[in-house]
Amino acid sequence: MLQIGASLKRADAPQKLSGTAKYIDDYRLPGCLHGATLRTAIAYGRITKINFAPTFPWDECVVARAADIPGTNNVLFIEADQPLLTEDLVMHPMQAILIVGHPDRARAYEALKHIKVEYEEREPVLSIADSLAKKQLLRGEDNVFKRHLIEKGDLAQGFAQADRIVEGEYRVPHQEQAYIENHGIASWVEPDGTIVVHGSLQCPYYVHKALVKTFALPPERVRVINAVTGGAFGGKEDYPSVIAGHAALLALKSGRPVKLIYDRQEDMSATTKRHPAVVRHKTGVSKDGRLLAQDIEVVMDGGAFATCSGVVLSRGTLHATGAYECPNVRVRASVVATNTPPNGAFRGFGVPQTIFAAELQMEKIAAALSLDSLELRRRNAWRVGAVTATGQKLQESVGALKCLELCARRGHYLRKRQLYARWNSRKGNPTWRGIGIALCPHGAGFTGSGEVTLASRAAVALTKSGAVRILAASTDLGQGAITIFTQIAAQALGLPPGLIEVEVPDTALVPNSGPTVASRTTMVIGGLIERAAGQLKDALAQAGGRAPRTRAALKKAAAALCGGRQELRFEVAYEKPADITWDDSLYRGEAYGVFSYAAVAVDLEVDRLTYEVRVRRVTTAQDIGKAINPALAKGQIMGGTLQALGYALFERAEFQGGWMRNSQFTNYIIPSFADAPPMEVLLVEEPYSRGPHGAKGLGEMPMDVPAPAVVAAIHDATGFWFSEIPVLPENICGKFRNAEKTK
Amino acid sequence: MRGSPGSMTVLRPRSAAEAVILCAKHPGCLPLAGGTDLMVLWNMGELNGRRILDLSGVAEWRAVRKTAAGLRVGALATHAELRDDAFVRREFPLLVQAAAAVGAAQIQNRGTLGGNIANASPAGDTFPALAVYEAQIRVVSAKGERVIPFSEFFAGVKKTNLAPGELVSEIEFPFPPSRPRRQLFRKVGTRAAMAISKTVAAGLLWLGPDHRVRELRFALGSMAPTVRRLRAVEEFARGKRLTTEVTAQACNLMSQDVCPIDDVRSTAEYRLRVSQNILAAFLLG
Repeated sequence: MLQIGASLKRADAPQKLSGTAKYIDDYRLPGCLHGATLRTAIAYGRITKINFAPTFPWDECVVARAADIPGTNNVLFIEADQPLLTEDLVMHPMQAILIVGHPDRARAYEALKHIKVEYEEREPVLSIADSLAKKQLLRGEDNVFKRHLIEKGDLAQGFAQADRIVEGEYRVPHQEQAYIENHGIASWVEPDGTIVVHGSLQCPYYVHKALVKTFALPPERVRVINAVTGGAFGGKEDYPSVIAGHAALLALKSGRPVKLIYDRQEDMSATTKRHPAVVRHKTGVSKDGRLLAQDIEVVMDGGAFATCSGVVLSRGTLHATGAYECPNVRVRASVVATNTPPNGAFRGFGVPQTIFAAELQMEKIAAALSLDSLELRRRNAWRVGAVTATGQKLQESVGALKCLELCARRGHYLRKRQLYARWNSRKGNPTWRGIGIALCPHGAGFTGSGEVTLASRAAVALTKSGAVRILAASTDLGQGAITIFTQIAAQALGLPPGLIEVEVPDTALVPNSGPTVASRTTMVIGGLIERAAGQLKDALAQAGGRAPRTRAALKKAAAALCGGRQELRFEVAYEKPADITWDDSLYRGEAYGVFSYAAVAVDLEVDRLTYEVRVRRVTTAQDIGKAINPALAKGQIMGGTLQALGYALFERAEFQGGWMRNSQFTNYIIPSFADAPPMEVLLVEEPYSRGPHGAKGLGEMPMDVPAPAVVAAIHDATGFWFSEIPVLPENICGKFRNAEKTK
Repeated sequence: MRGSPGSMTVLRPRSAAEAVILCAKHPGCLPLAGGTDLMVLWNMGELNGRRILDLSGVAEWRAVRKTAAGLRVGALATHAELRDDAFVRREFPLLVQAAAAVGAAQIQNRGTLGGNIANASPAGDTFPALAVYEAQIRVVSAKGERVIPFSEFFAGVKKTNLAPGELVSEIEFPFPPSRPRRQLFRKVGTRAAMAISKTVAAGLLWLGPDHRVRELRFALGSMAPTVRRLRAVEEFARGKRLTTEVTAQACNLMSQDVCPIDDVRSTAEYRLRVSQNILAAFLLG
């Protein structure tokens, strides 16, 4: 039976639907302490004194402080600049100072109220502009965490040839990942001294790497286990290393198991968000709508510590031109420090920021040329053979135009533009209607030489009792990794999926498959599993003459093949394709093995009385190479699209003095189901020769592309352009007021 | 979860009589009706050490009844019960629309009209409907019973004129003088559901045979510390034909009765303009 392209039901669905899936806070840990985190109350300065109120019964508590850290007081990620617990220097609000443990969770929080911290406050840097102006020096000589530069062709010559030059500036805000399960980690110390961490996390080996350093332990003395994780969206890529360090430190100090579970308010105000950014474009075009020169500047706000900002910036930089070919390009990008909680990974990873700008710039250019932006995109979109800004020649699997055309046709883009012009001219209608379109690429897998550096591993094991088990560190965050891996292995082995198990991502049991990020799990790790399963199949075939197809046959073959061994393990590692080259110093070469593509048409209406926007319909075509499981692929696309509609229309993290003031769902507004429009998802399959069955990355792309289409549709409806999101009813209202004033 | 169940005392009266006695005996106890507001505070740890008066056992405050004079809604009737009641749907449609705009289905299933009123949020979604229907709030205490006109019930943001020991028992809705010519409920929230109002409006309009305004009632929530009837607008419109000119003048008078602010959900400017747009559309039909 063909497993690939079949919409197998999700392996984890019954437990999640029935409430029996165990999330970390569902585990009973007898005798455990509950941790509560004391956090900084200022944005920048020094701690001068910490006073414990003598009236509180401190003997009920265990307090873990920086002095208790056996190794180094930092959270090793890409850099090691972030202290696990701050002793002195305060770099942002909500920075952890110490952890109080108490057997009663509410008492642990109560205890925090009896600790007074005194500070010597300094004027903080709270904006990109202030950081660039070096209002305070937070980092190095210029507050810049990282810079990237891409250059192609001759920019001056490109502008000299241009008939029109169009300039624009675009801004995007913070965005909260808003996973359904808050951050949570449990930790305990085994009798042999092994520190165990169990929790809601994306990347077990990232946490492992950080803990080894913090606790100065050999790698085998740290064990990280992934619990059922209720969503992550990047938000559980780096921050779990912080919480795991806190929980493990308290476990070590108290000698008891520890649970450290954040509530929504703490989670939202302390943990990472999408990087805000300012993007400037200057584009030279010919009369007939050919891009001749693109000069792009990207500045992102990294917050107080490096986290993965440099890599987010890299991906943003590499997507800054959009999916368009231009002979002369310069992209200058930097990410700067501010006294706000560090920003980090979030689905899209820098791309939603730069694609928002790139796509709205296309709208602006089209308007300047009196051309529909659809036509402008057609004329410049990547095709096979196109050369990107880094000099990468696209050899195969370029579905950009196909997505664009399909989306425009099925979304009735051009017809609705005319229809809505008539609708909007009728005074009695209750709304203004509009439709907008956008296109984006999304590089699949790690950037540049990232996959080579990661050298990911995965395995398929056969036990002597006849169980086939997939061993990978990739976590199922709700995206369906377990199901996809099962399908790929089942197909390779010629076995029914029911005979295949997926091991819990546990660093004691599975090899390091790298992180569950970058739309790489199906394409890269799925590919490794396919290879490993192929090796197992060959071994089975060699041993038994032909590959088993039933449980009984498998059992028999396993007993014969394993001999006296408990299990046979087939482990494979990522191998760099010979023809992919990347120069990290010059930012030249194959930035990604392949790109996926998405086009989206957003049809919406704006209420004439309240300026509220209601999205009526979304049509999207996405080239993902091959849908291993079409139902899961469509689900991912719908979810990501809704998340992006939130980015465009609702979500505003209100920062004041470096603090997020609206850190609950009451006032940080994400779309509800009542806001979710009907969506038509069209899967385009331009196969990638190196992906399993042609598959490319999918997870992040749906988040990249809707925001500019929303803004274009609002323009179509109201006649007003917005260069910043979210576009709230208040902003639309303001445009009408200003228009009346100037009248 | 910062709430500490161990630190809290829960009183569980089985009747209205017992509820008022317990309430008198324990001043400062916090009544629990549907719990949709209370549980939020509980989760934040703000009720630790508090005494809770759980009213779920007080069956006599749950009824929704038709009377000769109108409608009587027990304080513990849920928004879902109001929303689905055939008599309420026929006679007090704005109350139905308002109840259906509160939170979402889950909140409507738990949340009660009495709890909503006693919580006294400036953004209470049902309040403009209660204001234009000129509801009467029946309150009881160990000392007896009294009726407070809805317009005099609130003292400010999250503050009521309930005396210590008083509990809301029933809300009375007198029949309007006749079928209104036009009626309106409109909530403008931060999203389509589970939203706190930026502005929320209810209106009733009666016209004479000459198309002149016989009576206008219009109320707004989220536009002042408490829900407000637009008295100046209502007075101004009385006896006038609703021309474009009159409507514009009426809208200009809105500010006399409301004072919207900038906050985390919206801006004063937006709230005023949108409320004016809604009023204008209502008056112009």
